[in-house]
Amino acid sequence: MMQAFLVDPFVVMYDAPIFFVEVFVSGLLSGVMYALVALGFVLIFKASGVFNFAQGAMVLFAALTFVGLWELGVNPWLALILSALTMIGVAFSVERIVLRPLVNQDPIIFFMATIGITYFLDGFGQTIWGSEVRPLDIGIPNEPFMDFADWSGLYINKFDVFAAVVCSVLVAVLAGFFTKTKIGRALRAVADDHQAALSVGIPLKTIWTIVWSVAGIVGLAAGILWGSKLGVQFTLALIAFKALPVLILGGFTSIPGAIIGGLIIGSGEKIAEVYWGDAFGGAIEDWFAYVVALIFLLFRPQGLFGEKIIERV
Amino acid sequence: MIYREAGQFKTSYNSDQALLPIAQDRFFVIGLLVVAYVVIPFVANDYWLNSIFLQFFIFSLAAIGLNILTGYAGQLSLGTGGFMACGAFSAYKLATSFPDMHIIIVLFIAGLITALVGMLFGIPSLRIKGFYLAVSTLAAQFFLLWLFNRVPWFTNYSSSGVISPPPIKLIGDYYITGTQATNLTQYFFTLTLVVVMSLGARNIIRGHIGRSWMAMRDMDIAAEIIGISPLKAKLSAFAVSSFYCGIAGALWAFLYTGTVEPLAFEINQSFKILFMIIIGGLGSILGSFIGAAFIVVLPIFLNSAPAMLGLQLPGALVTHIEFMVFGVLIVFFLIVEPHGLARLWGIAKEKLRLWPFPY
Repeated sequence: MMQAFLVDPFVVMYDAPIFFVEVFVSGLLSGVMYALVALGFVLIFKASGVFNFAQGAMVLFAALTFVGLWELGVNPWLALILSALTMIGVAFSVERIVLRPLVNQDPIIFFMATIGITYFLDGFGQTIWGSEVRPLDIGIPNEPFMDFADWSGLYINKFDVFAAVVCSVLVAVLAGFFTKTKIGRALRAVADDHQAALSVGIPLKTIWTIVWSVAGIVGLAAGILWGSKLGVQFTLALIAFKALPVLILGGFTSIPGAIIGGLIIGSGEKIAEVYWGDAFGGAIEDWFAYVVALIFLLFRPQGLFGEKIIERV
Repeated sequence: MIYREAGQFKTSYNSDQALLPIAQDRFFVIGLLVVAYVVIPFVANDYWLNSIFLQFFIFSLAAIGLNILTGYAGQLSLGTGGFMACGAFSAYKLATSFPDMHIIIVLFIAGLITALVGMLFGIPSLRIKGFYLAVSTLAAQFFLLWLFNRVPWFTNYSSSGVISPPPIKLIGDYYITGTQATNLTQYFFTLTLVVVMSLGARNIIRGHIGRSWMAMRDMDIAAEIIGISPLKAKLSAFAVSSFYCGIAGALWAFLYTGTVEPLAFEINQSFKILFMIIIGGLGSILGSFIGAAFIVVLPIFLNSAPAMLGLQLPGALVTHIEFMVFGVLIVFFLIVEPHGLARLWGIAKEKLRLWPFPY
């Protein structure tokens, strides 16, 4: 029994190092995709202190809108722009209808309100676009780089690399947006201190609309990438559950934390599934990340890069 | 003029500490019990007894459980479904390993086992709170369901995956589970259990444990300064809450669905129960009942409403609309009345006291 947990996996790793690297790399690449979803959470939490449970639903809704428009015969680029506009519309309505009347309530009330938004978006998206699985092909083949595989023996998926590149570009753009532009500075000011930001004349409501829009567009990117991997269907909304342990690990307020947390969870999960999965009885991907995050929390409640001032009990 | 406490004098400490100090409240509750025990069994048909009342009672129990943890102790939990599954599977293992054990003992021990599991998953609450805690309770949800799905010991190595609880006798020839059980027996059994357990919950909350939970919820540092141990308060909240959820889960599997399967306790079930306590009222036993009734009746209403209007809607569409209505209602209740329907009931009582005068 102990041998299956403590000895055998390492023996397998030592015997086939190339396979181990392959598992590790593919884990890292899928970790990037988790990070992309987690990024949406972080953006909103940073700027408004709202833990947006609806991020998963936004991913699904954005992907459904994109695929739906494309299937109606709209040019894909136009569909992309239209879906982005839809997400901005969602951000406007959320700010106007949900967030504004709830100003000054407890964060927990906001959290529950976003659960309400989750249900609404899930139902709304599927009412309009239907609930069948829609394949999404954005023209990136889901196959390994053969030349590279012949040279090194490593099979690395083209699609995963493409996704990682898209994510890196997105993160770079967001980082630039946050540090270089006027709006980005305003966002960081709001994140630091709501009242101080208001008193120097930063309009809180506009800022909220902007972060929700940005989170919506990040959700669109995540939705398209995940959608072309899994097909656009209801399970996309459940991706959010994969991103939550990433958030715990990285800290709710840190963008680099979301990325590195995603990489750790992604690679850890793959390695655990491949090498320890059988010892546990399989399909441990569902909870592995949570248990890692839980144990991690006991030692470092603020996450890897979270702010130290988290209220300890 | 009808609802007022003028003239009702309390002459002893006992009457001062009574559960329902106002006579009108007592009459109301007694009337409700009479209706539940005498009128409904005569009037209701099998569909009502089984599909509506049984479901309502079980959900009420689970909602009371979550309300203890989230409403009274302030620890947000998304793992209710996991704890319910834990209760269901413990009860199944107990009922099959000890066939002669009485159902009440089975339920009680299953509740205790779930309480232990709940305390285990409550340990992180000592270091973290708020959203971090909510996310870590999801660990309970996913891990427990995976455990019951994957480890064959819990299902007695059943190959089909669909397992039914063994037929158990309540008293004499009255079966409580299995095919021979009548809806009426199940109705009376659950009703009694719910009455006893909500009385218990009410009294725990009035006592020093409940007060320590509420103090911890309102301001943990102040609570610690006046001598409340966060360790005891939080872990006891997790234990009592899980005890209620565990029994609710066992009843759900044994009495309501008649099959023990992890699928019934998915994450959606956890959210459903969370919605009940939000809509009904956080920190209110009455609210747990109102919320449970609301969530049980709403889908039935939504399913039959289009037919009444003469519309034929496909089933999938109705489900999606149900989702949307749930979402809108949650947001609506949070904006209009964050304290839920139970608060409206309280406001109505205030108004009644003064009626017919405005103030």
